[in-house]
Parts: sequence; structure tokens; C-alpha cells
Amino acid sequence: MSIEKREGPTLVQLKVNGETRSGIAEPRLLLSDFLRHTLGLTGTHVGCEQGVCGACTVLLDGEPARSCLTFAVQVAGSCVETVEGLAVDGRLAPIQEAFRSEHGLQCGFCTPGFLISADAFLDEHPEPSVDEIREHMSGNVCRCTGYQGIVAAVQKAAELRREAADGD
Amino acid sequence: MKPASFVYVAPDGLDEAVDALREYGADGKALAGGQSLVPMMNMRLARPSALVDITRIAELSGIRRNGRTAIGATTRQKDVLADPGLAVEFPVIRAALHNVGHAANRARGTFGGSVAHADPAAELPALMLALDAEMVIRGPDGERVVAADDFFITYYTTDLDVDELLAEVRLPPRAPSVWGFTEVARRRGDFALAGAVVTATTDAAGVVQSARVVLFGVTDRPVRAEGAEEALVGRRLDDGGIVREVAELAAEGVDYTSDVHVPGIYRREASVALVRRAIRQAASLLGG
Repeated sequence: MSIEKREGPTLVQLKVNGETRSGIAEPRLLLSDFLRHTLGLTGTHVGCEQGVCGACTVLLDGEPARSCLTFAVQVAGSCVETVEGLAVDGRLAPIQEAFRSEHGLQCGFCTPGFLISADAFLDEHPEPSVDEIREHMSGNVCRCTGYQGIVAAVQKAAELRREAADGD
Repeated sequence: MKPASFVYVAPDGLDEAVDALREYGADGKALAGGQSLVPMMNMRLARPSALVDITRIAELSGIRRNGRTAIGATTRQKDVLADPGLAVEFPVIRAALHNVGHAANRARGTFGGSVAHADPAAELPALMLALDAEMVIRGPDGERVVAADDFFITYYTTDLDVDELLAEVRLPPRAPSVWGFTEVARRRGDFALAGAVVTATTDAAGVVQSARVVLFGVTDRPVRAEGAEEALVGRRLDDGGIVREVAELAAEGVDYTSDVHVPGIYRREASVALVRRAIRQAASLLGG
């Protein structure tokens, strides 16, 4: 049995969007701030810092998680996926394409969290109903759109993903 | 909105965790999923000088079935929700968990973390009372077991001492035959403004042999409405004549909280309606 102890600044290494990244973090540094300030990945947004708004949502070992409620030291060695990892070779992912075509955003502040939450949801529910979309996306807050465009975008993304899968 | 400095300790053994909690005493705090503790730290409502991360302790995680079903304290809420055995045996757990935060919170948040945090408006502490669950606690002197009835003391306060951990919750040997779970919240996933859980064991004819009626989000901790429980015994849940009377009885004798969200009288009125709905929901599950 062993104990890991961290006090003051220490080295934290993790995988972000498939790349090994490292930086110095005090135990109190939130994963959201580690991504933004230490690693310069400012796509992950910070809204309420109390786990309510969902803007800071990232995938942590494949599961959606609030990066503002997670300390960087807790997730050393884990795999993190952020909004920067969605597009491949400059081509928007289906979920991003759908948010654009269906007007799923206005100011865009909440969008990174919505994209990550929606993409993880579609992995598990490839053919979601509107109710399921609304239920799942209830963990993300948008103050611009009134959500209609967002729900339409998630439906559209599900279609785009199915088409892409059929094309393979 | 940044937490104060602390020392981070992550043991992979339960004894080491208890030693660490004893070392830091009242300044230390156990960290599991962090979905309640970290917001409080961000707002500096909590500023522990040490966090003991208990999520690496293998024996605290997972669902076990040795005669009785037990849920390890650091089992993620998402994994409890997805467990097919529990869904069949204790469907009321699923109903409660669907109301706990959102998918991203349940992916990190732990079952025992929510129970030990003891937010008076949280669903899982109320569920523990409604199921007559047992809290298995580990501390410097080994293990002790406390009934849910004696575990929740007041706001964010349980029977746990500063150097003790909730290790697992033990579910009763026999699941209730019917149940109802209802709450009102401003938005999906929010803490309840008021909520009610009803569980009952009925005989073959549908007559209640024992029942639990629990209110949450209405006072400093989840509370049992014992008068209402007694009134249900010997009756059928679908006996329309008793539902109103039992619901009124359930809402009596509670010191309702008035706060920025709603006045106490709202919580009282809501409690009556919610108990009525929970009984009807339970009655709808009666066979035949």
C-alpha cells in the first residue's frame, strides 16, 4: 500500500487529445485552469465554477466531467479530451457542423461544453429522441439560443454520424 | 472563485486513508467525486488544509452481493445507475439517481460521497432512510455499523467523526415491494425544494405490513414521517380514502425551512402533495 502526497507546485502529466502534456500545478489548481492557463488550451470555457453551467465540460477517460470540479493533480495520468480535439485536420466534427448549420450557438461561450456533452451522449445514444436530448443536455446552460437550435443540432449530428457510419 | 491551498494525499489503502484523516483532524476532508465539496471549496465555504483522495482505494468501490447487497462508498453514481441487478432488485435507487445532478456530475460523483455530504435537499440520504439502509463506517478502531435513522444529524452533519470514513452502504435483505419517489425542483437536476420517498412491504393481498415515508429538502435533514408510516400499516395503498389523510399526517410536526428559494409554508404544502403522489406511484406498482 502506498500514499501519494503533493504539496505546493508539482509536475502533472496527462494525455490531452491524444498528446502527452505536462505542467506544474499546485494541488488547488482546477483542471479547467490547468488546461487554459498552464497548457494554453483556452477552448474549454469557465462559467460558474460551481458545476452548474457545464461550459467547462471535458471528457475524462471517456466520460463527461466538469473540469471546474476536478483538481489537475487528481487526474494525473488520465486521458482528457477537450473541444480542441473534435475537429480532425481542420475538418469540423459532425457535432460542430450540426451546431453551425442548425444555429446551435449565438455568442458561443457555452458551446465547447455543449459540444463535448452532446458528442459523449451520441456515442451512447446514436438515435436519441428529443426528450432524451433535452434530459441529457439539461446539464449545460445556454443564455442565448433558447435551446431549440441546440436540440435541432444534436438531432442533426446524430443523422450526420449515422450517414458517416453508413459510408464507411 | 478559486480554492484555498491544501495538501493533496491519495492513499491506495483504507487504513492509510484513516491514518491520514486522523493526522489532519478537523482540517482534513475526504475527497471522492468532488461534486459537492469542490464547489464549496471554490466558493471558499470550505477550506480544508488537506484533502484525502479516497478514490484509489479498491475496496471502497463496487457493488457487492454477499447475501445482502452493498454499495461501496466510492462507486460512481453512473455505475450504480447502470447496474442491472440493482435496477431489478431496488428500482427506487434508479428513480432517485435520475434526479441527482446531471450526467457529467453522476460520472464523477460517488454514491457514498453524496450520502456522507448530507445535504438536506439531496436525494440519496433520503433514499437511505426510506430503505432502512446501514452505514458501514471505518475508523481508527475498526468498523462500526450505524442505521440510516441514526446517521443524519443536521445540515451537512452526520454521525461520522473527523477520522472516520463511510466505507459502504448495506441495503436491506428484503427490498420493499413497492415504492414512490417524487420531488419538485426549479430545474432538472437541481436540489429539491421538497421531495418525498415512500417504500412499503405488502402481503399477497396488497395490505401494507410496513412502510417508510421520508421527506427531504424541507428541513435540516431528511426526516421520517412516523405517524404516516403507522397509518399506512394494515391498509391498502390504493385505498383512496387514506391517501389524503396520510399525506396530511406526513407533513405534520416538521420544522420547515424558509429560505431564499421558497417560504416554509410552500414546503409544507408541497410535502402534502408529494407524499400523495408518492403513495399513488407506489400503489400503481401493486400486483393484480
